[in-house]
Amino acid sequence: MMGRGLLGIEDLDRDDIEKILDTAIKMKEIGERDVKKVPTLRGRTIINLFFEPSTRTRTSFEIAGKRLSADVVNFSPSSSSLTKSESILDTAKTLDAMDPDAVVIRHKVSGVPKRIADELDAPVINAGDGAHEHPTQALLDMMTVLEEKGRLDGLTVTIIGDIAHSRVARSNIYGFRKMGAEVRVAGPPTMLPSCIESLGVKAFTSLREALDGADVVMALRIQTERLSGAAFPTVREYSSTFGLDRQKLRFAKDDAIVMHPGPVNRGVELSHDLTDRRPSVILDQVRNGVALRMAVLYLLAGRRKPAA
Amino acid sequence: MANDDAGSARNARAHPNAAAHSESLLLDDGAIRRALMRIAHEIVEKNEDLSRLYLVGIPNGGVPLAKQLAANLREIASVDALIGVLDTTLYRDDLVSSGARPRLRRTEMPSSVDERVVILVDDVASTGRTIRAAMDALMDFGRPRGVQVAALVDRGHRELPIKIDYVGKNVPTQRGDRVAMRGPDEALEVVLLRNAHAPAAKAKGAEGAA
Repeated sequence: MMGRGLLGIEDLDRDDIEKILDTAIKMKEIGERDVKKVPTLRGRTIINLFFEPSTRTRTSFEIAGKRLSADVVNFSPSSSSLTKSESILDTAKTLDAMDPDAVVIRHKVSGVPKRIADELDAPVINAGDGAHEHPTQALLDMMTVLEEKGRLDGLTVTIIGDIAHSRVARSNIYGFRKMGAEVRVAGPPTMLPSCIESLGVKAFTSLREALDGADVVMALRIQTERLSGAAFPTVREYSSTFGLDRQKLRFAKDDAIVMHPGPVNRGVELSHDLTDRRPSVILDQVRNGVALRMAVLYLLAGRRKPAA
Repeated sequence: MANDDAGSARNARAHPNAAAHSESLLLDDGAIRRALMRIAHEIVEKNEDLSRLYLVGIPNGGVPLAKQLAANLREIASVDALIGVLDTTLYRDDLVSSGARPRLRRTEMPSSVDERVVILVDDVASTGRTIRAAMDALMDFGRPRGVQVAALVDRGHRELPIKIDYVGKNVPTQRGDRVAMRGPDEALEVVLLRNAHAPAAKAKGAEGAA
């Protein structure tokens, strides 16, 4: 059940996900208007608290909040000075005293949004924590697939890349599984956690097998900064084995779509040509991201802890 | 929400406690058709330039009614009025700080309302708060030349200075009553639901949406 905040897809049930996706699809119409603004969250304050640099997600949340007429404040403390849990909680308490109606948090350490949520009256929305979860990314991915395919139930979704370090993969695995899709993961053995199949997915080290019959192919960004070259010998080798191009895509279904959470390392996870054109839907994902985050803010902003 | 009419009304009847509600038919399918035809004639009478008409249905109930009004206008005056759908949820004044948020309905405004005469169409008019919200929403789509309101049933209890220009039927009600339209998948009908045990006990949210 969706509580007061959104910390991870793991906490949601199918009804919660359906409600969020349905709301997001309705919200999309606002972005197509001449005047892209509704008064729903007028007088409410949303704090974007990004301990880890992120232009795309932060901007998406900022636009989403502003389209709902909320006041959006960006707060980006340098992550180096705020890694100790004491100072994070101090930050949380300071924020709470400012009386926000929602706090959006990104942190490089798993579990920090949860820890902060325990301290705050305001609902907390996880915008990515370590290798744990990135729930709004998974929700916008599900929204994009739903728009493209008309359903999620019964689809086959193949996620390619560094599954072990990817919060996007984890949230998408939870989400698509809950919605009745089959999820496969593929990558070099060093990037596949040994226990990954306990999440109900099939793991492949052969891209060809992983793509066979797939409706949706999702390539993850290779975090070269996070791996420092330990997981695979060279970027070129990764690219030739697991990088997606039109040739390899032929193993998937004829009408398969290609997704990527961005930003794409062109020529590494996806060929140039596939990055820019259908069947890739990368810019639709970005567009849907704003509507999806509007939906989450609409459903959550202003919900407070019940008075003790 | 008073506007999630059809489903709730059906549920109320199927519910084990249904005996607690008394239900009376206000308008059957034929009466609704006659009312919509009369309203179409009134629209023709009142508006000089029929080419500017833009019928905007408020979901859910207003949408099939707007479509039927447009068909009637085509029949009696050979006018092709624009048709739109406008959800008012995000403009409501009762989105309180806690509790579940109401489900959104679709909005489809195929063209700008600039220089158009917009007729907002709803199934049940009451407090006027939905119409107020609809007018605010409408202004985000341009500057209409005029705005008029049509409602199949006006049940009174106005809380805002809003006038309904075209009324299918005026129905005196108690505050705790519910008026619901069923359809359009089956025959249209409008019923009055009265809770026998607690006539005045009605959530504020439900009133506000009417």
